[in-house]
Amino acid sequence: MPARRFDLLLILPLAIFTLAFLILPLARLGATAAGGERGAMAFLAILTEPRYRTSLIATLLLALATTAATLTIATVAAQTLANRRFPGRGLLLALLTFPLAFPGVVVGFMVILLGGRLGLVGSVTKAVAGTNVVFAYSLIGLFLGYLYFSVPRVLLTLLAAAEKLDPALVEAARSLGAGPLAIQRDVVLPALFPALYTGGALCFATAMGAFGTAFTLATNVDVVPMLIYTEFTLATNAAMAAALSIALGVVTWLALVLARLRATGA
Amino acid sequence: MGRRWTTWTGIGLTALLVLFLTLPVLLSIVAGLSVNYARGLSAGLTLTWVVQVWDLYADTILRSLIVAAATLVLTLLIGVPGAYALVRRGGRTARLVEEVVTLPVAIPGLALALGLIITYGGFGTFRQSTLFIAVGHVLFTLPFMLRAVMAVLETIDWRVLDEGAASLGAPAWRRFVDVILPNIREGILAGSLTVVTLSVGEFNLTWMTHTPTTKTLPVGLADAYASMRLEIASAYTLVFLVMIVPPLVGLQMVAGPRRERLGP
Repeated sequence: MPARRFDLLLILPLAIFTLAFLILPLARLGATAAGGERGAMAFLAILTEPRYRTSLIATLLLALATTAATLTIATVAAQTLANRRFPGRGLLLALLTFPLAFPGVVVGFMVILLGGRLGLVGSVTKAVAGTNVVFAYSLIGLFLGYLYFSVPRVLLTLLAAAEKLDPALVEAARSLGAGPLAIQRDVVLPALFPALYTGGALCFATAMGAFGTAFTLATNVDVVPMLIYTEFTLATNAAMAAALSIALGVVTWLALVLARLRATGA
Repeated sequence: MGRRWTTWTGIGLTALLVLFLTLPVLLSIVAGLSVNYARGLSAGLTLTWVVQVWDLYADTILRSLIVAAATLVLTLLIGVPGAYALVRRGGRTARLVEEVVTLPVAIPGLALALGLIITYGGFGTFRQSTLFIAVGHVLFTLPFMLRAVMAVLETIDWRVLDEGAASLGAPAWRRFVDVILPNIREGILAGSLTVVTLSVGEFNLTWMTHTPTTKTLPVGLADAYASMRLEIASAYTLVFLVMIVPPLVGLQMVAGPRRERLGP
């Protein structure tokens, strides 16, 4: 059999599946978005109509805040864990990355167990101060949920980068009189930059598209994925749901492409 | 000289992070096994809730296993030959194809599900079948199988292996099955474990593609979180945790701690 025909045979199942279940549905999604009563103006409505715009801004802010907090925490934790050997290190790393496999709904439930009506924090504050502090269903709960699924996503990448950093460089900077902040700014962060960049983009894209956590916590902040869901099922506004989906998909895809271009230096 | 304050801050913050990530998991295990969570452990431990979860949600647990198995078979049949073809061709076209087929990693599951429903909503039997859910899972997990297999293919000298076997007169498909596949089994295994873990936990797509008769475990979990008492919700979560531990442990053993990350 000629090599070319064999290659075609190998790729055939992938080609058929991708055409039928990725390209065609995405094309139909685009046609649906543009085929509503607003036509292609549906995309503009995301920016002009207050309800959609508010949701978009809230989601962007939440994703940015999550990314900033995640990178800060993961950078500190990665430097603490890098080049430090102790018994149970492997198990600890496994535990820290275990939540990667949790769906968003489970992450939401984890926040409820911490800050819900029967939550750990509430029972502690009740015993100490007499008031049951409940935060799971507020913006704080939502933010903590996003943090919960974001940190494990970037921790290993940053840890790998931190382990490549030569400890002698940090030592040299220290002996030259640099303070801890100066060491971070001039030595550590530049070395971690590629990892921070890719990790940050991944974190941002995931936070933008997250649905399950917001769904479980049912906060009154309508993130865009929740808005898509309600537009489609409750308002039966398929055109607007499709337009929002495409806008969201473009944002997350762009974030990841930019990160990859930057990381490979292309 | 003692340790610097920055070191201690780092250790403290890392310890807090460990608590933040692991404590809720521990709480859910305790809640799922305790007689009455509000009254604490003093009320005793029980398996009643786990049994009740089985009575209420056994169908979702079984369906998740079936969907994961079907997803695995399909990603193997589509992904392994596809990955080999992409590596064989190489060049700009292959890169472009790779870019397109790995799009589902970058696009939120909700958007993909919406596209599937708009396109296939009219095909009643297919739309209402478990296969429809599996198709969504294949769409989402295929990039992980492709990447795992392609990563291993790029480390072995497949060309030499293939040409060696060709010089002995083996036809192309026999060379693929008898020579290439055994040499990339580690990538196939890593990809398979990732696919199974992701499929069992998939919610964003499945929440849109499921019907009342085709609920999976995470869909049932969302139900339980909204309407069941905390003990049942926790026991159900415990069942989920028990289900994803074996593939995750396997993944650790295959790829080591530097494994390719799951998600987004």
